[in-house]
Amino acid sequence: MTATPAAAPLLEARGLSFRRQDEPVFAPMDFQLHAGELALVEGDNGSGKTTLLRMLAGLLHVGEGELRWRGAPLQRDATAGDILFLGHQLGLKADFSPRENLRVAASLHGCRDGTNAASVLARIGLRGYEDEPVRRLSAGQKKRAALARLLLLPATLWLLDEPYANLDRIGIALVNELLERHTDAGGAAMVTSHGTVSFHGGEPRRIRMHG
Amino acid sequence: MNRPGLGTACAAMLRRDLALAWRRRGDIAMPVLYAVIVATLFPFALGPEDTLLQRIAGGVVLVTVLLAMLLALDAMFASDIEDGSLEQLVLSPQPLALLLGMKILAHWLATALPLIVIAPLLAAMLHLPGTVIPVLLLALLLATPLLSLLGAVLVALTAGTRRSGMLLALMLLPLCVPAVIFAAGAVAAAQQGLPWLAPIAWLAAALVLAVVLAPLACAAALRIALDA
Repeated sequence: MTATPAAAPLLEARGLSFRRQDEPVFAPMDFQLHAGELALVEGDNGSGKTTLLRMLAGLLHVGEGELRWRGAPLQRDATAGDILFLGHQLGLKADFSPRENLRVAASLHGCRDGTNAASVLARIGLRGYEDEPVRRLSAGQKKRAALARLLLLPATLWLLDEPYANLDRIGIALVNELLERHTDAGGAAMVTSHGTVSFHGGEPRRIRMHG
Repeated sequence: MNRPGLGTACAAMLRRDLALAWRRRGDIAMPVLYAVIVATLFPFALGPEDTLLQRIAGGVVLVTVLLAMLLALDAMFASDIEDGSLEQLVLSPQPLALLLGMKILAHWLATALPLIVIAPLLAAMLHLPGTVIPVLLLALLLATPLLSLLGAVLVALTAGTRRSGMLLALMLLPLCVPAVIFAAGAVAAAQQGLPWLAPIAWLAAALVLAVVLAPLACAAALRIALDA
């Protein structure tokens, strides 16, 4: 296979695996993720979906195998901020309002052009709750407040761990719409979910995990 | 899109942690209350003799303030680990060591500074001569950030373990001792009219070293704690 640099996948995994106390968490994996692509990571509970995402985000060290970013070996310093991770823990301060949480995130990551905290929160469905402490929001609203980061912060690759959890139907549709807009704009995303999720823009790539 | 500069990120981090501390003002008041109670109890236990109190005043205030600081040390990174904020800090495109340095600074401002403010009051209650109080304050201004920085490294090292409180106390004791010896040495020397600059200089040197190294060690330790 001869790949020109322009066609190099955004993220490529070769023989990627992870061990926890000498027990392999998942079998070696090979996959490619191109710009504009959406990959759904599927697997049973405990099959290592979260572990994979945390490893791709850079929180866990790469056990075995190789990760390549735009054709070159992935270096965390170079990709920091370009990869956005949303895990089970939402990373919101309960004493802060959604607006304050976003402001802190934006002052570390920067903002997408033409966005600000207020417009992003209105878009994500938290109008009227901008200044309410996160502590007092419902689980679904907290999730939305965390998802607002995706709209505000500039990043190419989204790694979303169970983004649909706690969301109502409108929220789920909203996440799908965000993912579609992101991939249309040349971004890429990896999403874990065991729910049945339908995307409007055709069938997403599926990455199956085996424990 | 352009990445914010270091200054913006550091200022935001400092503001964030100070705002969070201010929303939980009760937690700030706790160490102060503790220090006041301990310093008040000493004359009752030892008897109100001027000469005795004067002799122990400097040491009592120092130890009381440092112990009061330990009460709040545990919480330095706990809430950030719990709610996932730390993961977001680690993944942000800013140097983690600097962000953690700002967190430590905010923690010092929120816990140690109120203690330093009431320290002259505690010292006066124990009849420490007024001329010695500036030296006591100087010693505290150097010893408390030193303890915050050393403590932060240990808190980061024990972050992944359960029941880290016990381990933390055990590990912190040997690191506390030099700070207490030099700070108390300076106060005692000033009280006897001897030159007190040397122990202060030692404290300052240790602080400079800790300011440079502790945030780096914290960053490394917390990365390891998350990588499990």
